Amino acid sequence: MKLSRKYFRTFGVASVAGALSLTMVTASGASSGGLAAGAPVKIGISLSLSGDFSADGLAFQQGYKLWAADVNKAGGLLGHKVVLDIVSDASSPTQVVTNYQKLVSSDKVNLTFGPFSSLLSLPAGKTLSRYGYALVEGAGGGPSVFQAGLHNIFDVSLPVANNLMPFATWITSLPKSVRPTSVAYVTSNDPFTQPQLTTIEGTLSKAGIKQVYNKVFPAEVTDFTPIADAVAAAKPQVVVLGSTDVPTVSAFMQAFEQSGFSPKVFIATGGPDQGSTFIKAVGASNANGIMVPNAWYGGSANPLSKKMVAEYIKQYGGTAAGVSSDVVEAYSVGEVVAQAVKATGGFDNKKIIAYLHSGAVLSSAQGPVKFNSVGENVTPTAFTFQWQGSKFVQVNPVHDPNSVKVLFPKPAWGK
Amino acid sequence: MNATALLSAAKDGILTGSVYALMATGLTLIFGVMDIINIAQGILVILGAYLSYALQVHWHIDLFVGLLITIPTMFLVGVVIERLFFRRLTGPERTGMSILVTYAVSLLIEGALNMIFSVNDVQLQGSYVNKSFAIGSVHFGFIYVAGFVLAVVLLSALYFMLYRTRFGVSVRASVADQTSAALVGIDVKRVSTIVFGIGVAVTAAGGMIYGATNAFNASTSYDLISRLLTIIVLGGMGSLGGALLAGVGMVFVGDMVGVIWSPVWSSMSYFVVLAVVLLVRPQGLFGKQSARVA
Repeated sequence: MKLSRKYFRTFGVASVAGALSLTMVTASGASSGGLAAGAPVKIGISLSLSGDFSADGLAFQQGYKLWAADVNKAGGLLGHKVVLDIVSDASSPTQVVTNYQKLVSSDKVNLTFGPFSSLLSLPAGKTLSRYGYALVEGAGGGPSVFQAGLHNIFDVSLPVANNLMPFATWITSLPKSVRPTSVAYVTSNDPFTQPQLTTIEGTLSKAGIKQVYNKVFPAEVTDFTPIADAVAAAKPQVVVLGSTDVPTVSAFMQAFEQSGFSPKVFIATGGPDQGSTFIKAVGASNANGIMVPNAWYGGSANPLSKKMVAEYIKQYGGTAAGVSSDVVEAYSVGEVVAQAVKATGGFDNKKIIAYLHSGAVLSSAQGPVKFNSVGENVTPTAFTFQWQGSKFVQVNPVHDPNSVKVLFPKPAWGK
Repeated sequence: MNATALLSAAKDGILTGSVYALMATGLTLIFGVMDIINIAQGILVILGAYLSYALQVHWHIDLFVGLLITIPTMFLVGVVIERLFFRRLTGPERTGMSILVTYAVSLLIEGALNMIFSVNDVQLQGSYVNKSFAIGSVHFGFIYVAGFVLAVVLLSALYFMLYRTRFGVSVRASVADQTSAALVGIDVKRVSTIVFGIGVAVTAAGGMIYGATNAFNASTSYDLISRLLTIIVLGGMGSLGGALLAGVGMVFVGDMVGVIWSPVWSSMSYFVVLAVVLLVRPQGLFGKQSARVA
């Protein structure tokens, strides 16, 4: 009996250890780093192909596909053809978790690329950290993503907290005689937008610009007119709108125009950077003078950007000004991961994570990329861009050689 | 907060609420006659908006003139959906099953719209879309006023049809008791088909106004349907007057809360109103107390 119990105990321990080892090997299939010759490298991505972020999700899909096509044309990653396994999360933070679990456990992808927005990148990063996967993403720059203390998440784009600082510096540098005297802050309760507005409130206030409206609205709002009317009734000279998409910006613009209100300065954190999608929704004449912060635009002189823009136009048509910044953010994710794979000589996520944390400076269509300990890209500079006629131009920092003169005050609607 | 902001919010609530009431009317009418909860009403509103968009972009047809084409088209869409999916849906599980079936219809239409128009947001344009006039310090957008007038005209026409025509008598008889209506010679199936068509046809008008005041894509339907369902539950399932009052009332309350307190609470205010009303009147404001047996 004793012998039997000991036998079963030993057998049980061995079985559990075996099962655990098997699970670890299976779960970190990518950690082996090696792929059979000729086998494709599978990259799992959850994208918002429906729901609130669907327009951004589509642009991200274009960016990822463009990158994959370029890599495969050049012989693949370490000789392995890149296959993208894209699933839709319907813009849901719950679904994104399920998707990445499926991509890793069931689809056995080798690498993972990020979804759209900070709202989805954070739960995605948390999920993938449990599997030991690196999550390299291009649209999760909200402070909450980096404050989570995750070791596996890397944002190749500009951290958003300081996005509006060049704009604030420009406003406060204006001579007092022409400097605006009042400002309204109105923002969606989104981790991408809110921190940007909070950062500049103190700077503008110190410069004597009075805050006449400051409200947050829920992301699920469908009718922005009463909020925009309330902003218009406060008659601010500057409107800072915390938005993530085109419909929000276009609704505010329409309501402002109908209220007979045209601010001297109108900047939105997201939407005007979506190129032709934005222009189609609001009309080119209404877009004149609208500003948006970002780190990249279609006219960037970066050779990698020029190459990507040319390929994009060849494949999808349009102009450089019409290329959404989402496209380059996705494309840059691919570029950074490709360099990490090459440097580590395989698809081992553990090695890739260590490499990305090593302080190596990588290149991308958005510019140089270097990660700090929490995965923020520390190299990019924030710029402010503005629609001037049908052109999307860089206007801030004012002393940057690529900046053109700000169109100030913003022309009346339709002019 | 100032008086202009308050007056503007009140104006927005009434004008926008009337358009939501129009969209919700189709939903409540369909439920009243057929016991079908049409989850696809949101995507049908967006389909109506896309039809106006296609007419405008490809044939340069004005948004309001285009309604002469889109309303009959959406009526036919409704008739086809009813014939294909609901004619055979009978029995005690009909209402529950209708949720699944209309959800499937919704997904089919959403997929088709994404394929045809892509997921990029579009907005209906027109020379008058951004124009407005002022009364005192309050500005009235032409498109919102036109939407309000359109909603009043169409709701009045629906009311006239229901209470002043023989067909309306058949509809009301079917709403009250389908079996009895059939016994007195009313062709309940035909009534159902036409009512479903009318319920869908009103989405053409609602969709056009919505698309002219908001950028949209197929996914916008999810936000719409949640609001429309809230409206008809508050107004009382199957009640036209209830949909009208609830549509205007809920948007009005939400807009006022957004200005007086904070926009964060405006969406929540709908549900607070709904919860309070349902505690007092579980059947909604104008709903019938006893459930009808199909």
